[in-house]
Amino acid sequence: MGLLLLLPPVAALLAGLAAAAPRPAVPSPSGPRPGARPLAALSAATTRLSGVLVSAILLGTGVALLVHRGAVPTLGGDLLRADALSALMLTVVGAVGLTATWAGLEPRTSPAASAHGPGATRSERRYAALVCVFLGAMAIAVTTDNLGVLWVAVEATTIATAFLVGHRGGARSLEAAWKYVVLGSVGIAIALLGTVLLYAASRSAGEPTLSWTRLVSGELPLDPALVKVAAGLAVLGFATKAGLAPMHSWLPDAHSQAPAPVSGLMSGVLLAVAFYAILRVRAIAAVVIGPGLVRGLLLTAGLGSLAVAGALILRQRDHKRMLAYSSIEHMGVLAVGAAVGGPVALAAVLLHLIGHGLAKASLFVVAGRMLASEGTTTIAEVRGLLSRRADLAVPLVVGMAALLGFPPFALFFSEVAIVLAGWRAGLGWAMALVVVLLLVVVAGLVRATAAMTLGPADQAHAVHDERTTTTITSAPDGSASVAVATLAPPPAPPQAHGADRGPMLPLVLALGTTAVIGFFAMPVGDVLARAAAVLGLS
Amino acid sequence: MSPSGSVATQLVALTAGALLVTSVLLVWRRDLSAQVRLLMLQGVALAALATTIGLSGGPGTSRAELLLVAVLVLALRGWLLPWVLGRRLRAGIEAGDAAREDGPRLNPTAGLVLVALLTTVAYLVSRPISEGVAEHAGAPTPAGTAGPAAFAVPVGIAMVLIGFLLLVGRRRAMSQLVGFLVLDNGIATVAFLTAAGVPFAVELGISSDVLLVVLILAVLSRRIHAQIGSTTLDSMTELRD
Repeated sequence: MGLLLLLPPVAALLAGLAAAAPRPAVPSPSGPRPGARPLAALSAATTRLSGVLVSAILLGTGVALLVHRGAVPTLGGDLLRADALSALMLTVVGAVGLTATWAGLEPRTSPAASAHGPGATRSERRYAALVCVFLGAMAIAVTTDNLGVLWVAVEATTIATAFLVGHRGGARSLEAAWKYVVLGSVGIAIALLGTVLLYAASRSAGEPTLSWTRLVSGELPLDPALVKVAAGLAVLGFATKAGLAPMHSWLPDAHSQAPAPVSGLMSGVLLAVAFYAILRVRAIAAVVIGPGLVRGLLLTAGLGSLAVAGALILRQRDHKRMLAYSSIEHMGVLAVGAAVGGPVALAAVLLHLIGHGLAKASLFVVAGRMLASEGTTTIAEVRGLLSRRADLAVPLVVGMAALLGFPPFALFFSEVAIVLAGWRAGLGWAMALVVVLLLVVVAGLVRATAAMTLGPADQAHAVHDERTTTTITSAPDGSASVAVATLAPPPAPPQAHGADRGPMLPLVLALGTTAVIGFFAMPVGDVLARAAAVLGLS
Repeated sequence: MSPSGSVATQLVALTAGALLVTSVLLVWRRDLSAQVRLLMLQGVALAALATTIGLSGGPGTSRAELLLVAVLVLALRGWLLPWVLGRRLRAGIEAGDAAREDGPRLNPTAGLVLVALLTTVAYLVSRPISEGVAEHAGAPTPAGTAGPAAFAVPVGIAMVLIGFLLLVGRRRAMSQLVGFLVLDNGIATVAFLTAAGVPFAVELGISSDVLLVVLILAVLSRRIHAQIGSTTLDSMTELRD
């Protein structure tokens, strides 16, 4: 069983290498070699499907580990270890990764692709390889028992995603990538300081170790003052990576500039794994110094994130940035849930991670297709999507309903459970605030979604025309220009060569899963309870 | 072979002093190539600190492992990272970038005052850390344990804070990179002083992560320069709400 833990990172590494492998040589001018074309096509298919394959392997391994009962599988001392929580997280990484990468496959009909021949271009290969490395690092992060290795893996994801964020090129992408790498690395450096101090505490207690199971066992006489500083710094550092306010400023930029599947991966997986690290540190702190310090930190960060997200979603004009702020909102809910603590709230937090990851990955993919079809991410310029492009509008509306926590979606159950558990834990005022802020977010998202989907089909063109007309009538020779403007066809959406369509099945599966997962008490509830029990009862 | 307790303490004090002085000078100097040279010096001082702690031994320290870490630190922070920065800097100057940090948000005098303040803060906040490490070490052999090294912990914390100051107080992409590295050196200093360094495998992972981050930032700064014609980050304000 232990060897199974090696499968995800090794598979990710191999798939990454295969995806990055240069395509077979272009047929020489002396005459096309027979067999070169199918080879090139095969290499292109490997590159294209590598991310999907790795995600599927992660998901399969995660499910196998979830089903496995008995001794916790370990490998190489404290290097790899998969308790119930790790198995659940690996499943989440796999499922969200599968949604984002599978739905992110664009039909290969674009003129650029045919011009380059059947082989993958250099930028496509780099993209595929980096996605594989990203998924592999995530798999290591959730299945390691060593806090140092956890840190290295989380930082490795920053490295893998840096070029993915800047993949499109251009000043805006570069700005987003720079901010992301600098802020992400600095934040995570703070977490390293915390990890180092935890190591120092264990060394002073007579057993130098970074093993989470040893640190959380309560057998080591760790110095409380030192652990207090260490846990505070580690939570602060990982909270930066998780996008919690007030360290969230990199998130909207990175999420809005990255290609859509990468935004989905970052929002659904990267934030979740950073949050998982917070949960692990929180458990150590709870054993040594009690839950007070981390509870305060998380409650402040959670309410702050909800407030920031609420304020900015209400006046957001960009669709992808709006989704990014919604991620901040959900990380806020998670932080509040973790602050409440206890088996019910922690199980709800884990359910929330699953539901948010799947819904958000689907929505980002839809946002990518909308960008390709409409040529804009500005909310005001998209109208009447339901009557024109039902294949985009229906997943958008269903995904939004899931994200907002309407029943029967999983987020409904998790949000209700977190608020109720908080109420019982004596945090009534905070829960009231959470409910109010959630309502604000609902108002903002519903308004934007309704504006984009409802309305007659031709209204989009009317908006365009109206604008051109008004700008041109202000010119001195008004009359002639107006005539030209009204006759001119609406600007054609750029680069709409197939990227606005894609597989629907992954979206159906992901949103369907979030819709039904809350009802299965037997396998799902049991799994969540076991994973929450790993974190202790506080 | 191992230096006696008092010598070890003095060597720790000496190298820690060198680390702090180089950090302060980094705030003061605005010439970018001077900053890279100072960073190199700081890396060498850090390697010397690791060697000292490795040679003085103490319970729970593997001497060979620490010496290996010291070599790694010397190669990475004393040579490779400054070399990457220096190369990027020369390429930038050839492409018409200024060699100085002109018009920083913070003038040098104010910077030095702030550094003094930050160092004081570092001494205040690192008390629980120094005490936690020293007290629980139990001091079976008063010399050579983590005890004599723990007194210098504030230096590491001060370096972390100075790194922050450089990150927020400078406008050039290159200077921000320098700030990030000072921050990182500070964390490594704290690790050596409190726990005689992290396990070698983790240290290896951390080092490769830092190297990759610096390489990525160097590439990004080249692309930013190609795209907007300067590496002053003030011009990057397109993304906002």
